[in-house]
Amino acid sequence: MEPITADFLKQLADTNRWSAILPEIFIACVALALLAIEMLSPKRAGYWVVRTSLLGLLLPLAYLLMTFTCTECSAGDVLFSGLLLQSDFSTIMRCFFLVSAALVTYLAARYLKGSEWAKTEFFVLVLIIAVAMMLLVQSHHFVMFFVALETVTIAFYVLVAYCRTRVLSLEAGLKYLVMGALSSSILLFGIVLLYGVAGNTALAGASPDALNYTELKQFIELNADNLLVKLGVLMVLAGICFKIGAVPFQIWVPDVYQGAPLPVTAYLAVASKAAGFSVLLQLVTGPFAGMSEILVPVLSVIAIVSILFGNIAAVTQGQVKRVLAFSGIAHAGYLLVGVVAAFYVPWAVYAVLFYLCTYLVASFSVMNVLGFLGRDESLSYDDFKQFSRKSPFLCTLLTCGLGSLAGIPPLGGFIAKLFLFIAAYQANLYILLLVSIIGVVISIYYYFSWIRICLFTEHSLHAIDEKSVISLRRRDYCVLGSLLFASLLLGLYPGVLPIIP
Amino acid sequence: MTVLDSHSILLLSAICIPFLMGLYALLCSNMQSAPLKSVCIAGFAWPLVVAIFLCTQFDASLAGDYNFQLRLPTGLEQVGIYLHLGLNAISMPLFCLAAIVGAAAGYYALHSKAERLHLYMALLLIMQAGLMGTFASIDLFFFYFFHEFALIPTFIMIGIWGGPDRKSVAMELTIYLTLGALISLIGLIALYLESGADTFSMIELRSYLAANPILETVQSNLFALLLFGFGILVSLFPFHSWAPKGYACAPSSAAMLHAGVLKKFGLYGLLQIAVPLLGSGLGDWSTWLIWLALGNVLIIGLITLAQKDLKLMLGYSSVMHMGYAFLGLATASIVGLGGVLLMMLAHGLSVALLFMLSTCVYHRSQSFDMSAMGGLAQRAPVLAAFFVAATMASIGLPGFGNFWGEFAIFAALAESEATRWITPLAAIGIIISAIYGLRAVANIFLGSSKIPNETAESIVDLKFHEKLPAVVLFAGLLLIGCYPKIVSDAVDSELQQVFKTPPVATAQAEQLPQLDSSH
Repeated sequence: MEPITADFLKQLADTNRWSAILPEIFIACVALALLAIEMLSPKRAGYWVVRTSLLGLLLPLAYLLMTFTCTECSAGDVLFSGLLLQSDFSTIMRCFFLVSAALVTYLAARYLKGSEWAKTEFFVLVLIIAVAMMLLVQSHHFVMFFVALETVTIAFYVLVAYCRTRVLSLEAGLKYLVMGALSSSILLFGIVLLYGVAGNTALAGASPDALNYTELKQFIELNADNLLVKLGVLMVLAGICFKIGAVPFQIWVPDVYQGAPLPVTAYLAVASKAAGFSVLLQLVTGPFAGMSEILVPVLSVIAIVSILFGNIAAVTQGQVKRVLAFSGIAHAGYLLVGVVAAFYVPWAVYAVLFYLCTYLVASFSVMNVLGFLGRDESLSYDDFKQFSRKSPFLCTLLTCGLGSLAGIPPLGGFIAKLFLFIAAYQANLYILLLVSIIGVVISIYYYFSWIRICLFTEHSLHAIDEKSVISLRRRDYCVLGSLLFASLLLGLYPGVLPIIP
Repeated sequence: MTVLDSHSILLLSAICIPFLMGLYALLCSNMQSAPLKSVCIAGFAWPLVVAIFLCTQFDASLAGDYNFQLRLPTGLEQVGIYLHLGLNAISMPLFCLAAIVGAAAGYYALHSKAERLHLYMALLLIMQAGLMGTFASIDLFFFYFFHEFALIPTFIMIGIWGGPDRKSVAMELTIYLTLGALISLIGLIALYLESGADTFSMIELRSYLAANPILETVQSNLFALLLFGFGILVSLFPFHSWAPKGYACAPSSAAMLHAGVLKKFGLYGLLQIAVPLLGSGLGDWSTWLIWLALGNVLIIGLITLAQKDLKLMLGYSSVMHMGYAFLGLATASIVGLGGVLLMMLAHGLSVALLFMLSTCVYHRSQSFDMSAMGGLAQRAPVLAAFFVAATMASIGLPGFGNFWGEFAIFAALAESEATRWITPLAAIGIIISAIYGLRAVANIFLGSSKIPNETAESIVDLKFHEKLPAVVLFAGLLLIGCYPKIVSDAVDSELQQVFKTPPVATAQAEQLPQLDSSH
């Protein structure tokens, strides 16, 4: 152990580059400022809160995009004495989380308008979750990882139960809390197990600072067949699989997605899943890279069962939010195929990122359409009859979103699946490929059933009731039109998103 | 040789213009406006004009290479995908087929009284763009991509404007076709990765694989993936059940485009990709191909005989004729493959014509049940003439293109000792198609009329908007029937290039062992 001298502390402090996490600090300040705004001028709060939070998300996004110089995968800088690692991967994911938070804010502004629940706290929580996810994806140390992950999870507990006058929302919140607490404790136990066994000086590669990813990676590479290491790794995996909603940790997904308010469902489906996957990718290519012997079979089985379970269960659902929940489980399965491929083919990591981006665009397209149909959490297929007459624009958006989720050219989701298939074939994962194809074919059924109900109206031509025609404002057209455009653009010219090196 | 000249830009425009016109039609909702009508006509006429022009400019001496090439990046360079367009002797006739059938279908649809006509036209235009792109693609990925363009429009068209039972039929069709498309996608990805050439372009793959061919077992597996994937898309027996119901339910213009052109995509893929690049796979799987194709011809032929519904009969007959194409593919000879191409071309025109005329018959007799019609020839002689001619064409009467296609396939089958026994069985198929074709004609047009009087009073002969597409399609059939040389010369020189490469030559030698011994 080095003596703690002034020099040592100064060296340590040199790595504290606060300017590197300027976006996160800025967003946290904006979150606090929102509370101040509401306190200072409660009457005008409604106008200012949404605009401030959007500004607070889009300014850092612009900053990140301008300073982003991705072309090669640089190893990245380690900051804060090993707590954070900034690389191209983390910058891409930070932009991703900012975009998803902005879209959730937009969705929530419409959802909460005219409702009885407090509004400002919602946006504050969205911002805090965004900050925590950005720090999560940069974490290079298990303590940082756990703190950020718990911040995200606890804020989500509040958000899921936000509509506290509704039984469904409270029930969803309780289920998420109980399941989340269980999985967090398993995760923590796994982390502690790894820390414990890596501190055993009798083993090769033991290190006192074993929670740091680099140190742990060196240790695991030398001790891959140690039983405690295997247990620890599997437990950490269990905790992460809870967040991404993979079988057998998926029980909470349908009920929580259905009960939570719509913007929270969207946030969970997209950002929480993406956070889980980015963390998984970092672990799989980082500390756990030496555990491929046990991780590849386990992740493959989880992927296969998730794809099959998610798709088959979605076929039986009648309520659209549950359909989206089960299809989300299936998409987690496809993404896991990409994660398994990342063990053998390095660029598969970026294929997974591209898939997450197209999943973001497609999911938000669909969720925004749901947002125009009121605050009913039990929306079913019947509510979409004659939808193409009520709003042709929203119907087109829904069709493109569902088509992208199903993986139909020329939409972005197809290119994403293409990249995953190419990576999987290169990694010789033929069984996973076969199961993915079966999954896609099954998913065509329920996605196209939904499109069918919207579009295939009866030949009767009696006029639609004027009240049920959905009107959109100009800013709705702008935002939704750009989502539609993004879906098509990613499908026709994927190079516009310079993720794949 | 990538030349960005006016011809290649014309080729690109033949794909883009229908797509853009389709998007425009999607946004407009008032079909009565003249600009919208002219936009739709332009969207269908432009590919036709470009196709005919490029036909005249086609240089057949570039056998083995492509004319009018165009190569654009789309951001997928790291996986070797470019938007690489061009035409060779195999794709040029099919490109023209797509343009002609598209123009006929589009013109016919414009004057049909479908509700929400702008949406219908938009979907047809998008489908047309996809079809033009499929045949013009040199890049394997875009070949698949453009074909999938047609999937959502077909689903929506059958679901909204189709016949009874359209909702479940549309779903079944989409799921089945997606399965076939995904299997062939995996085959194409596997081909790209196993070849080691790091490119999806057919030109580069061909030259690369001529120098370093893939292992024979791997070739065999890849060929199987492509065969069954494309086979599902072309309704190979026993994966055909989507086709008859789908075509029976589809609105006529959608049926014309789908049965006439989209179905040829799988055969074109096998001809253009699987045979040149995976020749030894063809040798290994030819037995399967022969037996399944015979199933198409005989079993589906007998099923067609039992049909009473006109459109269902036409659907089954189109499945049956694909059997001949597969038999031609299994011969692995220049004559056989050339016959497949001629057959594809002629069958596309004739089946499109038949679907259109069957809708004309429906408008007059208000029913598809053939036993409830009769005597239509007295009131609509021109319609009867066209229908009889189209039926004769599809049976294989000399004077129409189908004859040359089927004749070449039979000649190729008879050439080789191993496949000679198939020829009489396939010829039985001709007899079967003659039976149901002539019976249909007799039931609909001849004899005494069983149509109720009120409907019978209002029967008029073909109007102009029905005559024009019929004449265009019919002219194409006659042209190929009387002068097939304009197509077959170029195809012959192209196929000779293909058969010079080692894997395909070996496959051919396997099929014709006695030719070697006679030397």
